[in-house]
Amino acid sequence: MNKYLLYPGCSMDSSARAYLESLNTILEPLDLQLDEIEDWNCCGATEYLGINLIPAYSLIARNLALATKQMDSVNGTGGTRTVITPCSACYLNLAKADHYMQERPALGAKVNEALSAGGLEYKPGTLDVRHLLDILVYDIGLDAIKRKVTRPLNGLKVVPYMGCMLPRPDYKHRWSDHEHPTELDDLLRALGADVIDYPLTTECCGGHMTQIGPETAFELIRRLIAGAHERGAYLMAAVCPMCQLNIDAYQLETNRFFHTHYHMPILFFTQLMGLAFGREPAELGIGAELVSARNALAHIGVEVPVTQEPATPRKKDEGLPMPRRWTRHEEKEAVK
Amino acid sequence: MPQMTDERVRAGLNREEDLSLLNEVSVKTAGVSHLEMCIQCGTCGGSCPAAMDMDHTPRMLFAMLRAGMREEVLRSNTPWICVSCYHCVVRCPQEVHIADVMYTLKGMAIKVKLYSDSTAPHFSQTFVDMVETYGRSFELGLASRHYLKHFPLRLPGIMPMGFGMLTKGRIDVAPRRIKQMKQLKAILSRAKKLELTS
Repeated sequence: MNKYLLYPGCSMDSSARAYLESLNTILEPLDLQLDEIEDWNCCGATEYLGINLIPAYSLIARNLALATKQMDSVNGTGGTRTVITPCSACYLNLAKADHYMQERPALGAKVNEALSAGGLEYKPGTLDVRHLLDILVYDIGLDAIKRKVTRPLNGLKVVPYMGCMLPRPDYKHRWSDHEHPTELDDLLRALGADVIDYPLTTECCGGHMTQIGPETAFELIRRLIAGAHERGAYLMAAVCPMCQLNIDAYQLETNRFFHTHYHMPILFFTQLMGLAFGREPAELGIGAELVSARNALAHIGVEVPVTQEPATPRKKDEGLPMPRRWTRHEEKEAVK
Repeated sequence: MPQMTDERVRAGLNREEDLSLLNEVSVKTAGVSHLEMCIQCGTCGGSCPAAMDMDHTPRMLFAMLRAGMREEVLRSNTPWICVSCYHCVVRCPQEVHIADVMYTLKGMAIKVKLYSDSTAPHFSQTFVDMVETYGRSFELGLASRHYLKHFPLRLPGIMPMGFGMLTKGRIDVAPRRIKQMKQLKAILSRAKKLELTS
């Protein structure tokens, strides 16, 4: 039994519920146990850091301090010393707080001074902060994952999209490369998928720019979708709720902005793992995406039940119902 | 007036370099910023996916910091356009914590209200308000407050998206709260009195 502490992050309950649902289905086959940190709070995303430094780091460090209370004192190494996060932004924030409190002792002291107001303390370096993908590839291992595959995703052309905050800045050197890491490729290949080489894999999805500078964000989203489309991908695989949200939910607006007609579904990699492990789409939150993955999954014979008729935009040449135009012959007949 | 050396006069420098702004930013940045190590190579701007929308590339901004151009730096939209993708950070030969410096500059600009566009600072503040009230982020509250104030014209366009998110159960209609809100508030109010000074 592999035991870890889990910091889910706010989006796992709402916009990325499909990520959590599908994650829960793969725990048992992979013999994983995740203990949620009790009463965790938001990590502040990329917003709090820009407003006020010490409160921002104290907000993050409260989670780390709470996690140390749940550490397994018997099993000192690995195991419950490790906090895993499924979200790249949460991962970076937690790892960053741990790293900077060590690199800059003055910061560590101030943060602990703030934490003491709530009766908490965090000694930097106590915990290992890791991402879910890291655990699956390096702790569980690709062979163990391969053994659990009952429905190989053969023929599913998928683009692995790692996003930016996972492989960078990578304080503890956990990834194979900063700009072209291959962990997600390897994992998807282990599931039998037809993985497409995607040089944009660590390009940014725009993050919060969809909210504050949409034109900047739309261009970043367009590059990613166009890149996947040009390479013939049926769908993209994401490892972060923010990436998934931007590419999925803002695809319609991006299309309207650039007058394009892309239809590029994006699923969480855990949803693809669940499929490969033989689970049904409904259990994995497939169908919760706004850009439907129905047709993409039909390529490998997976049928996604329709929950709601998709609103198809009217095709241009059809237009509104109008009286039929007379042909020249009919016109002559009428004149007679 | 500091003593002028011949070399400095010949180089056209008529005043002593004032590094107080550079040092202030460096001290206020989390971690060890390495800001004073910048060699003006421009790798940061060349790596940036959003540089086309910036007033100044990070390299230019760091040169302006060194030159003590406080107001121009804090008015620049560069820190607000930065998407924190860390491309520049891993490529920087001097290991400057560029993204973290951008966070510091945002904080400084907010303090003296020197930003040119209020959209981003308001969004950050609204997000932080939600977190300070509930301990968790609350997307529906955040989005509705933010869009009504800053993007009322985008509302019709994003309605289908919002509707889809709602019907697919991807937006909470009510905020989720943490149990120990009192503890979090105590921590944050103590933290707000603290600042990095050395």
